[in-house]
Amino acid sequence: MEHRDDVGAKLGMWIFIFTEILLFGGLFLVYAIMRNHYPTAFHQAAHHLNAFIGTLNTVVLLISSATVAMSVTAVQKGDRKLAVILLFITLLCAGVFLINKYFEWGHKIHIGLYPGSDLMISLDRGWVMFFSLYYFMTGLHMLHLVIGGIILTVILFKVRSGSINAGKFVLLENGGLYWHLVDLIWIFLFPLLYLIT
Amino acid sequence: MHHESQHITPYTTHIWVLITLLALTFVTVTVTWIDLSALTVAIALLIASTKAVIVLTYFMHLKFESVLFRVLVFMVLLIYTLVILFILSDYLMRE
Repeated sequence: MEHRDDVGAKLGMWIFIFTEILLFGGLFLVYAIMRNHYPTAFHQAAHHLNAFIGTLNTVVLLISSATVAMSVTAVQKGDRKLAVILLFITLLCAGVFLINKYFEWGHKIHIGLYPGSDLMISLDRGWVMFFSLYYFMTGLHMLHLVIGGIILTVILFKVRSGSINAGKFVLLENGGLYWHLVDLIWIFLFPLLYLIT
Repeated sequence: MHHESQHITPYTTHIWVLITLLALTFVTVTVTWIDLSALTVAIALLIASTKAVIVLTYFMHLKFESVLFRVLVFMVLLIYTLVILFILSDYLMRE
C-alpha cells in the first residue's frame, strides 16, 4: 500500500505559510514605521496610485480564491470537468491581474517613476520610501502570484488526468492554500497602499 | 495513514463567502472616500482583518480542520500581532 500522510502534508504547507507571513510581516512593519516617519509624503504619494486598478485586482483575486475553493468541492464530488473549468477560471483571473499590473507599472515606468530613475532620485525621501515599498511589496506579491499560477497549472493537468481525484486531493488543497495566501496578502496590501491617502 | 472523515463544503457556501468578501471590499473603498483622518487606517485594517479571518475560516478550510491546525494558526497570528505591537510601541515611545 502506498504511504500517504495528508495531515502531515497540510501541516507542512501551513508551516511554510507561517514563514511567508513573517516575510511580508517584516515589510508591513517597515511600511508602518516609514508611514509614521513621513506622514505627508505617504499621504500625497498614495494619491498617485490607481485606486481603480487596485480595486479591480482585489475583486479578481477574490473571485479566483473562490473558484479554487470550489474546485476542491468539485474534486471531492468527483466532478472532474467542473474542477478543471474552475481552475481554468482561476488562472484566467491571475492573467487579468497580471495584465492590470502591466498597465499600472507600465504607466509609472513610462513617466520615469521607478527605483533608481532620475525622477525618483530627485524626489523627497518620503516619496522615495513610499514608491520603493510600493514596488517591492507589490512586486514580491506578484512573484508569489506567478509561482501560484504555475503550481495551479500543474494541478489542473493532474486533475484532468485523474491523478488528483476524490480519494487523493491533498495537492489541490495545498495549492489552494498557497493561492489563498496570495489573496490574503493582497487583502492587506490593497487598503494600505491604494486606499489610505 | 488513516483517512480523516472528509468534509465537503457546498458550492453555495463558497459563493456566499465570495459575496461577503466583495461587499466588504466595497465598504472599505467607500469608507476611505469619507475623510475620517486618524480613524481611516484603523477602519481599513479592521475590515482587512475581518476579510482575512473569513478567508482563513472558509476558503482555507480552518473551520473544518482538526484542533491542531486551528490552535497553530491562532497562536502564530497572536504571536505575530504581539511582536508587531511591541516593536511599534518601542518605536513610537522613543524620542
